[in-house]
This record gives sequence, C-alpha cells and structure tokens, in this order.
Amino acid sequence: MEHTQTAAVDDARHGHGDTSTKTIWKTFWILLCVTIVEVALAFLHLETGFPSRLVLNAIFIGLTIVKAFFIVAEFMHLRHEIKNLILTILIPLMLFVWFIIAFLADGDSWKNMRKDLSPGTPKQATTVTNEASHH
Amino acid sequence: MDTAVTAKKKWWGGGYSPFNVSYGKLMMWYFLMSDAFTFGALLISYGTIRFMSTSWPDPNEVFKSAPLMGHANLPLVFVSIMTFILIMSSVTMVLAVHAGHQRNQKAVTKWLAWTIVGGAAFLACQAWEWTHLYHEGAWWGRNPFLNVDGTPASTNFTNFFFTITGFHGLHVTSGVILNIVILINVLKGTYEQRGHYEMVEKVGLYWHFVDLVWVFVFTCFYLL
Repeated sequence: MEHTQTAAVDDARHGHGDTSTKTIWKTFWILLCVTIVEVALAFLHLETGFPSRLVLNAIFIGLTIVKAFFIVAEFMHLRHEIKNLILTILIPLMLFVWFIIAFLADGDSWKNMRKDLSPGTPKQATTVTNEASHH
Repeated sequence: MDTAVTAKKKWWGGGYSPFNVSYGKLMMWYFLMSDAFTFGALLISYGTIRFMSTSWPDPNEVFKSAPLMGHANLPLVFVSIMTFILIMSSVTMVLAVHAGHQRNQKAVTKWLAWTIVGGAAFLACQAWEWTHLYHEGAWWGRNPFLNVDGTPASTNFTNFFFTITGFHGLHVTSGVILNIVILINVLKGTYEQRGHYEMVEKVGLYWHFVDLVWVFVFTCFYLL
C-alpha cells in the first residue's frame, strides 16, 4: 500500500511491476516456509511437548493469518487495487471478529453448563474429588 | 477506465468505476466474500462444537497415514504434501495471469495446464485420504477414533471433517472445471480476439480463494 493510486492503476493496466514473477516466487517461498515452520513446530510439540498447547495454537492461528494475508494481498492482487476496493472487501469481513468471539464463547459456556449442571449434584462431585485427592 | 488517472480523481463523482476494476472482477470479489462467510460459518460451527465438547480426538492420531507407507506413524506428512500441491497450483495460476497481462498465449496455456494438474493432484490426494478413513470406519455418522482422554468420541468429529473438507473439495472440483473451460478458450484464441485475458484473472481469483480456504481448513483440522 506504499504505492500511490496512480502507480497501482498504471501497473494494473500495463501488467508489469507489481505482478513481476520475482514477487510471485517470493510470495511462494514465504508461504512454503511458514507452512514448514508450522509442521516443524507441530513435530517439536509431539516429540518434546515444548511449546505448550495454548502457545502452539496461538502461533498456528497467527501464522495462518500471515499466510492468508500473503495469498489475498499478492496472489489475489488486493494490495495493489485502489483503497475503495480494499475497504469494500475488508470491512464486511470484520464481522468475523464478532462471529468468532460470540460463537466460541457460546460453545465454552455450553461445556461449562454440561459439566456443572449434569445430573447428580455438582457439589457432591467436587467433594468426592477433594476427598480422593486427600487420601 | 479509458481516461488518465490522477490521485485527485473524484472516484464517486460519477463517470468512472469507483473501484477501478471491471464489473466481472468486482462481482467475483463479492461472490468470494459471500463464500468466505459460508466457509466461515462452517468452520466457526465446528469450533463451537469443539469448544462445547469436554474432549476431542487428537488429529495426530487420526491423520497419521500416507499412501505406500503401510502402517508407519506419519502425522501431518501427507496433508503437508497436499498443502504444498495447492500452494504450488496457486503459484502457477498467478504465472498464468501474469502471462495473460503480456498477452503471451503459449505461456498462459502452459501455466493453466499446470494449474489443472495441481488441482487434479490435490483431488486425488483427498480421494485417497477419504477412502483410507472410510476403510478405518470413519464416515458421516460413524467415528471409530477415541478422544484424547480415551473416552469414545461423538460423531461430531467425522461429520464436520467430511462436510467441510468435502465442501472445499467441491470448490476445488468446480475450480478445475472452470480452469479447463478457460484453457479451452485460450487454445481457441477467444481471449486473443477479445484483446485481453481478464477471464483468466477472474477464474484465478476463485482459484486463490480455494487455496485460502485450505489454509484455514489445514489449521483447524490438522494443526489445532
């Protein structure tokens, strides 16, 4: 997005500059390396259990967004379109922020309800486990 | 778009396309946006169910096989190959679009053909994986895999896996068909007569979107 609108439009019309094969292969190597890092981290976790599951998942989600950015920005060329188009695509996608938070929180709440309100009083269940741990 | 473009142009004043792209390309973007919400809804419902469950099967236990490897324990290997194939076919697609900008019919033909090969290879891999899982007893409504904590898992796991990878596979299939149609038109010289290869760009957008969705499917089902 460091290009001016004029430059972006000119490049799009003449078909060189931004879409040069050099950029394409650079993007390919970035995507490949990120995927290799993901798989390597997964194996590291399997072997040593080192990055804890929570940290590992956060890294995976972060790297997924990095990959998504490069595919959309370079391969789909969105980075080099004019700002109006970029905004009309990206602003509606912000709904996903609410979408993800609301639904995952809902799922989590369901799990807690199923655990806490399951048949057999929950208080008994906790005292039983406490007694078990004391002995 | 015939007139010269300056930075101070009044895009919304009328007389121009405010997005500086053709109608067809803009509509492809809007279609992809709606498709993103469809896939998003599927993946988020999968996430909701997974958050709702007290335990879930370990993907490294389920997806540990590769063709010709017998019973070797190879988590992530086969699906990494599938991911590589799809990224590679995305690259050949951009190269086809690039060649189209230069009006190089021969290069467009070559790169489109490679993209079709990549798409077909990906579908073949998915077909192998589905067949393999089917023979292990997994299908819609059937789940032979245990949860991480050793308890029997519900069929949510297999239902979501087959539905979402199936829906993605359907997109890959239609992408391959579109690519074949475009390739035939390239060979017939349709776009050469038209004076531009914009159709390759539009189908290219769709193809990259399929790759984009796979990036999320890969993370949600195989990594997390």
